[in-house]
Amino acid sequence: MDTAAGPAVQMSGIVKDFPGVRALDGAGLRLEPGEVHALLGENGAGKSTLIKVLTGVHRPDAGSIAIGGRPVAIAGPQDAERHGIATVYQEVNLCPNLSVAENILLGREPRGPFGISPRRMNRRAAELAAETGLDLDPARALGEYPIAVQQLVAILRAVDLDARVLVLDEPTSSLDRDEVRILFDLVERLRSRGVAILFVTHFLDQVYELCGRMTVLRNGRPVGTFTTDELDQRGLVGLMLGEQAGELDRVEGRAHGGAPPADAPPLLRARALGRKGGIAPYDLDVAPGSIVGLAGLLGSGRTEAVRLLFGADRPDSGSVEVDGRPVPLRTPRAPIAAGLAYCPEDRKAEGLVAGLSVADNLLLAMQAARGWMRPVPRRARAELVERYISALRIRPSAPDTPVGALSGGNQQKVLLGRWLIMRPRLLILDEPTRGIDVGAKAEVQRLVAAEAEEGTAVLFVSSELEEVLRLSHRVVVLRDRRVVAGLDNGGGLDVDGVLDEIAEGGAR
Amino acid sequence: MAAQTRRLVWPLLVLAGLLAANAVATPGFFAVSVKGGRLYGSLVDILHFGAPLMLIALGMTVVIALRGIDLSVGAVVAVSGALACEIIVAAGDDGSAGTVAAAVAAALALSVLLGLWNGFLAAVLRIQPIVATLILMVAGRGLAQLITDGQITTVTSEPYRRIAGGGLAAVPFTVLMAAVTVLVMWLALRRTALGLFVEAVGGNAEAARLAGIRATGLAVAAYAFCGLCAGLAGIIISANTGSADGNKAGLWIELDAILAVVIGGTLLTGGRFSIAGTVLGAVIVQTLSTTVYTMGVPPESALVFKAVVVFVVSLLQSPRFRAQVAAPFRRGGPPTPARGPQGPAPEEEDDAMRTQTGAGRPDRREARR
Ligand SMILES: Nc1ncnc2c1ncn2[C@@H]1O[C@H](COP(=O)(O)OP(=O)(O)OP(=O)(O)O)[C@@H](O)[C@H]1O
Ligand SMILES: [Mg+2]
Repeated sequence: MDTAAGPAVQMSGIVKDFPGVRALDGAGLRLEPGEVHALLGENGAGKSTLIKVLTGVHRPDAGSIAIGGRPVAIAGPQDAERHGIATVYQEVNLCPNLSVAENILLGREPRGPFGISPRRMNRRAAELAAETGLDLDPARALGEYPIAVQQLVAILRAVDLDARVLVLDEPTSSLDRDEVRILFDLVERLRSRGVAILFVTHFLDQVYELCGRMTVLRNGRPVGTFTTDELDQRGLVGLMLGEQAGELDRVEGRAHGGAPPADAPPLLRARALGRKGGIAPYDLDVAPGSIVGLAGLLGSGRTEAVRLLFGADRPDSGSVEVDGRPVPLRTPRAPIAAGLAYCPEDRKAEGLVAGLSVADNLLLAMQAARGWMRPVPRRARAELVERYISALRIRPSAPDTPVGALSGGNQQKVLLGRWLIMRPRLLILDEPTRGIDVGAKAEVQRLVAAEAEEGTAVLFVSSELEEVLRLSHRVVVLRDRRVVAGLDNGGGLDVDGVLDEIAEGGAR
Repeated sequence: MAAQTRRLVWPLLVLAGLLAANAVATPGFFAVSVKGGRLYGSLVDILHFGAPLMLIALGMTVVIALRGIDLSVGAVVAVSGALACEIIVAAGDDGSAGTVAAAVAAALALSVLLGLWNGFLAAVLRIQPIVATLILMVAGRGLAQLITDGQITTVTSEPYRRIAGGGLAAVPFTVLMAAVTVLVMWLALRRTALGLFVEAVGGNAEAARLAGIRATGLAVAAYAFCGLCAGLAGIIISANTGSADGNKAGLWIELDAILAVVIGGTLLTGGRFSIAGTVLGAVIVQTLSTTVYTMGVPPESALVFKAVVVFVVSLLQSPRFRAQVAAPFRRGGPPTPARGPQGPAPEEEDDAMRTQTGAGRPDRREARR
């Protein structure tokens, strides 16, 4: 690797067409060595596509790329790595069946006298993890870790590449505060080494904390490049969303709807519900119309707790009642029939069927509940699909687009739509706003609040404490796989208060 | 739908090519005549002799769409034929319609049972489908031998022979059976939500389960249906030859069936299927066998000939091959197949999302350079 003469990366006039959509239309950006540069835009603006053009996954239909001042044609992801570009993609794409160490070092395995040396590999991986303050067992299969950890492993892989350009496509969407800190420290270290870092995120606070300059895309076209000093957050949102920006104000500062009727009998009552290795037995009541937030660190058991309620995993103790009637939890079918709905956190593995259309994915749960003998009538189907596509602003809005071709945020909206269509009585949302843009996030939060006002109970898992606090009537805190506190969010509860519970709730 | 039709274009062209070659080699290849109230001609023969393959391929389509596979169909063919013939012979080979009906019913019931067994192993116990059905592939032949006592059982029962030899309004029963099965499948899968469920479970079983679909039950039913199809094929085959041969009946037919399904555009990775494609695929495979025969390809090179045609069809269906061929006509040169250890699959593979672990290891040598 020679010392770069020009900008680390210069992309200009990039055009990329997919069948039926022009994803990029003259987009470009310039990355200088030693800067952290944000790439911003709403869902489907073309951020991931621009990155995939840079890393050779997609071949541009027009435009040029120069690295270190020299024009290059990048042939594929491996070629990009040879050019010193390391990438963490939005959809984590590692091999869950291989060990952590293998995933980090795949293709660059340290060798001993007898070929690849697993011992050295594990040692190197452990070093890397320790350097960055991560607690990882390099010999364990990656798939055994939650996605957030997998994402950090993907980043470790990129770090170990010794790259001069590091591309991070929404790396923080599944991380909690501590991991975000770990990541930021990493980024800062790399930046001071002269690495150019391209950072895609929908968390605008993080942009202003970390980045010097930012490039904004809208509908695949460049809107401009700005320094964080010359453009404030409000102005930025205006540029990203275009004419719809005004609508944001309506929902922005909104707290949760009024308090739920205090004397209402609980809709859902869980008693001593638990599963070994997942979550210690816990009790939970959720009243109709109330929003209960689940807060805790990664691996604190939030996801495990809600999966039991839905029959996604089979509990080995305890029971669940809806309206006082016990619900069998062998499969999700009985909970669904009782009015429960569950949006899992890993939309790719557990949520969507990538090869099926947006319409089929939206209607899957409803169709499953009706049974195979009674297909949703064509007219009702078209009407429902149309209504939810426009309510959730799913784009592209053609109902027969395969879901796999949608941008990450739009996929999330499809998953949410699938369950909203069911008009559930208890909506369980695991990280529902992960990866969706500021406009859509406000939209989802508004939808959740509106559902609750109409009497739907909501159980809400989020790594974003502000979001939990803004929406929830009650916050349940988990720590080390047990429920440690239930806090009323009547007022007076703030992020620090919840953080305290998260940190020491179990100790008392 | 448009995309579905487009995928059928290449197999259609291949079939047209095969038929054209036959027409050149055999004058009167397209001639169809009615003799003694029955249709005759090479085309009719292809459909008639291809009916068992088509039935099996139809059953296999659903199993493959659910990301499974059934290697045991050939063995089930043997078992079903053996049981039917043995019952008829035991009843004195009198050939009464009642005996034949009972024999057929028993054979089909046993075939469904064998299919359920496959489904139990593959879907309930989650044994890998290849291994799970390999068990019956081997054991089934043994079972057929047991039923026939190691002999080749021959039947002369007139009603039984008529299952393969008879017809309705000049159309052979065999062709009718295949046609009815196609129709029933199409109605069941495309006119209800069953087809959607199959594609959902095949595309992402866990997501389907969490959406409330009975993924396991669906898979078990698919294997049972596949068993039923194989059983029916077994009856046709044994009625055709008037015998049950536990060793030879349905030998290698599972491979032809899988081939037919794949040629028809159903993905082995599950999640998408095409009934019309499978029908077309089965006709192509059968036409191939007929072609080898009518063109006088020497038997020792027949398999090679068949392999070449299959190779060509597969090439034509490979997105990467098509891109390579098309590349000189486009700007930008050929696409690059390199796939990084953590990079998403290159764009020409539209199933990148589905094969998330299938990326395989990158070329180590290249990566270390
Ligand atoms: N493989 C593909 N096939 C067809 N269309 C695609 C494909 N990948 C992306 N698109 C389309 O290109 C556009 C840009 O998508 P992209 O993933 O780049 O958006 P994004 O800015 O990363 O959005 P998000 O914030 O939601 O991740 C979208 O309209 C998307 O539907
Ligand atoms: Mg993206």
